[in-house]
Amino acid sequence: MDWLTTVDHKKIGILYLIAGGFFFLVGGLEAILIRIQLMFPQKEVVTAQFYNELITMHGTTMIFLAAMPIIFALMNAIIPLQLGARDVAFPFLNALGFWTFFFGGLLLNVSFIAGSVPDAGWTMYAPLSGTQFTQHHGTDYYVIGLQIAGIGTLIGGINFLATIINMRAPGMTFMRMPMFTWASFITSALILFAFPALTVGLAALMFDRLFSGNFFNPQTGGNVVLWEHIFWIFGHPEVYILILPAFGIISEVISTFSRKRLFGYSSMVFATILIGFLGFMVWAHHMFTTGLGPVANALFSVATMLIAVPTGIKIFNWLFTMWGGSIRFTVANLYAIGFVPTFVMGGVTGVMLSAAPADYQYHDSYFVVAHFHYVIVGGLIMGIFAGLHYWWPKMFGRMLSEKLGKVTFWIFYIGFHLTFFVQHFLGLLGMQRRVWQYLDGMGFNNMNFISTIGALMMGVGTILFLINIVITLRKPKDCSNDPWEDGRTLEWTIASPAPEYNFAQTPLVRGYDAWWHEKMEGNTAMTPVEPIGPIHMPNASILPFVMGIGLFITGFGFMYSGEWGTLGFITVGHAVGIVGLLITFGCMGLRSLIDDHGFHIEEDEILKDQGVKS
Amino acid sequence: MKRWQFVKRLAPLMALLVLVLSACGREDMSALNPQGPVAQEQLNLMKISITMMSLVVIVVFAICIFVLIKFRRRKGDNTIPKQVEGSHKLEVIWTVIPIIILVILAVPTLKSVFNLSKDYSKDPEALQVIVTAHQYWWEFEYPELGITTAQELVVPTDRVISIQAATADVLHSFWIPSLAGKIDTNPSGNVNKMYFSAPKAGVYLGKCAELCGTSHGLMDFKVKAVEPSSFERWGVAMTGAVELPTDPDVASAFESKCLTCHAIGQDGSESIYPNLTGIGSRESVGGILINVEEGEKEYKHEDTLYNNLYNWIKDPEAYKPGNKMTNAYTLTDEEAKGIAEYLSNLTLDFE
Repeated sequence: MDWLTTVDHKKIGILYLIAGGFFFLVGGLEAILIRIQLMFPQKEVVTAQFYNELITMHGTTMIFLAAMPIIFALMNAIIPLQLGARDVAFPFLNALGFWTFFFGGLLLNVSFIAGSVPDAGWTMYAPLSGTQFTQHHGTDYYVIGLQIAGIGTLIGGINFLATIINMRAPGMTFMRMPMFTWASFITSALILFAFPALTVGLAALMFDRLFSGNFFNPQTGGNVVLWEHIFWIFGHPEVYILILPAFGIISEVISTFSRKRLFGYSSMVFATILIGFLGFMVWAHHMFTTGLGPVANALFSVATMLIAVPTGIKIFNWLFTMWGGSIRFTVANLYAIGFVPTFVMGGVTGVMLSAAPADYQYHDSYFVVAHFHYVIVGGLIMGIFAGLHYWWPKMFGRMLSEKLGKVTFWIFYIGFHLTFFVQHFLGLLGMQRRVWQYLDGMGFNNMNFISTIGALMMGVGTILFLINIVITLRKPKDCSNDPWEDGRTLEWTIASPAPEYNFAQTPLVRGYDAWWHEKMEGNTAMTPVEPIGPIHMPNASILPFVMGIGLFITGFGFMYSGEWGTLGFITVGHAVGIVGLLITFGCMGLRSLIDDHGFHIEEDEILKDQGVKS
Repeated sequence: MKRWQFVKRLAPLMALLVLVLSACGREDMSALNPQGPVAQEQLNLMKISITMMSLVVIVVFAICIFVLIKFRRRKGDNTIPKQVEGSHKLEVIWTVIPIIILVILAVPTLKSVFNLSKDYSKDPEALQVIVTAHQYWWEFEYPELGITTAQELVVPTDRVISIQAATADVLHSFWIPSLAGKIDTNPSGNVNKMYFSAPKAGVYLGKCAELCGTSHGLMDFKVKAVEPSSFERWGVAMTGAVELPTDPDVASAFESKCLTCHAIGQDGSESIYPNLTGIGSRESVGGILINVEEGEKEYKHEDTLYNNLYNWIKDPEAYKPGNKMTNAYTLTDEEAKGIAEYLSNLTLDFE
């Protein structure tokens, strides 16, 4: 019950981690099924219809329900700690963001039980996703589920923006902010601009489907290329929304385990901002074959190539952070080091893809599949694993097993390269993506077989990671404040896991890598800027959870309004939908009418905590 | 010093790799093994980018490996490394070098973008072909010849082929890897143009590259490049009259069950489903059931022309799930056999 009502950012982070981890497993299972179907030519392990459902749900789940929430988990758990803040700016909204994401994701996956699963690809290109060519409710689950989940993401983004701008500890100027926080800041800004585009697109597609709108229906004057633009104006920044926090994590981990300051901090910040900006400018490179004409293709080609420059700056800065350092090979650092060459390989294929005429060959082939898995799995997932191993003690007070972690890393890493490296060649040899079967004798057999073996290894790696978690959960919570001993930022100055109020006294930041700065001066704690006193905390609330349920019911009602018939003069579905909306709006009413001043944690309680720890 | 030796050894290896890659895969299907000038131009661009990018990868890997070996923490070492802020010189270097590399790549890219977007649709020298994509088959119309055919694009080896592509239903993408890149087919009057030429006679595999439904992966077609004289004979043969089956039972079944959707002979241009004229001369049935001689069957999707036709007519769903032919008719086994027999003899003599 405590978990349903919590507004504590650390607990919400853990909730995000559990939910995101669960969806990661679902998406992974879908991936394994896809690879098993493609293990041999012309197999029918799954039907063509189910195969299309699998690819659609795998993409959608991994991007929206696994990768983003796990990033949000780390952002929630760590950013306030790195800032020296006691909470995020809007704790209630934070909880609401989680619950809308959760119920949106749930709605999307209920489609498997309901028997009409989205099957038009995660890009949902019209008119295939329209009512004429998808007569079942698959697309409805997609548009409504993602709209509800999208609310959560947008709320989260705004919350982090406000937190980072307003709640930095005294002395922490923007140019003293840890790199992970910087990256999350830019990510949140991208969310702020990209997600409304998705929301508009989804709403338009929903209007097409539920109320016979004409946005994307070519037979009534709609334009399908419009959907492609809207989707990618969101979709391209989305990949940077995913990868920038991973960049941040890698910066923290590499610098900590090299026992060295991040090389070229200011150029790192500049590169992050530039990547964020360019990320918005290049969406049409997903549409080189759509027929936009040579001028557009030329412009977007060059703009896309430019992204390689700030990314290159980052890569070399990481390498030179390690240069002259004292590198320790912890599991977290293994993932971070493994990230660098892998991401470079994904990056250079990105530059290759940006050459439009060559892209006429690569586009929608397995080359593209290989490329984006290299950046998303080899970049983002490696980053997430690095971050989880690195901050696990701070989140749970226990260390993940290093021994098992190393085995996991190697199995996952080798499996990953086995899976995706050969796919570059599959694409160039003529295998298009999203194919249910390939014919025998095309020269695809061996590489597909290797790829499937690799995918199974990644599956084993993931299971080992889960085992690691289970083993760790049974250990005592006995981590020190700074378990890696080389911690550089503020989160390592407080207990692991952090107490409810994070910082008993707000710390004074006197330089970049504040905690390292103090350690080098021989201090054992941060200088506080205030005496110990009662700390104001927000009250827990069940309202966000109920609001999520309300939207969940609404989605169902409107989706099935055509089937559930009428009761008198009102359709049952619409009635259900309206009830759901009333629940949500009712909660909003309650929230604004009832004064909730929160509570205080008193001085003696804080002192007691301090006594126990010291 | 050692590092440079490492790079020196790797550079020829990478060059070799590029060479090996360029002769990779089936001649009729691989983008790495181009059979026409358009695909060749695309491969050249790929080679430039692969070479550049391999260099980048090698440099990064070399630095990475060097750093990891040289600066790993030894047991008992507890010294604090110097906390370096950064280096303006270095940072400028690795900003400028990528820019130079990108400029080198951008110039041929831009040239190629405009070169490959040339419009041949008004050129009387070029062969005009209107491509219409359907779930899950391809329609090819030759407006100058008054021919509409399906699944097999017959082209002469001496002319540029100008393609105008659109779709009759959902988005598809027209792709012949060994001859040219792909272009999407859009609905509602949005016609996309591309061109290619196939100077070497032969059969090339084409595919649909945009997810278009259950049988997206099975929406294959063939491009058959033939000598100019053969092409002329093909044009004439395609417009000739076609006789109906001699057996009256088969003929009536064919007329009432098949010709309601399909067309045959001259009137073919109007039908909304594949024109069957000359189907006996095609390489495959339905794009994926490859016709081979008796006893040469090697793979699951290969069989004799007759068997392929018969199997397809009996149960198209088993070969292309979700196609529009399934359940559109009922045929007795006798009728199916008769029709398959008739269609397998429906050949064109032009090569």
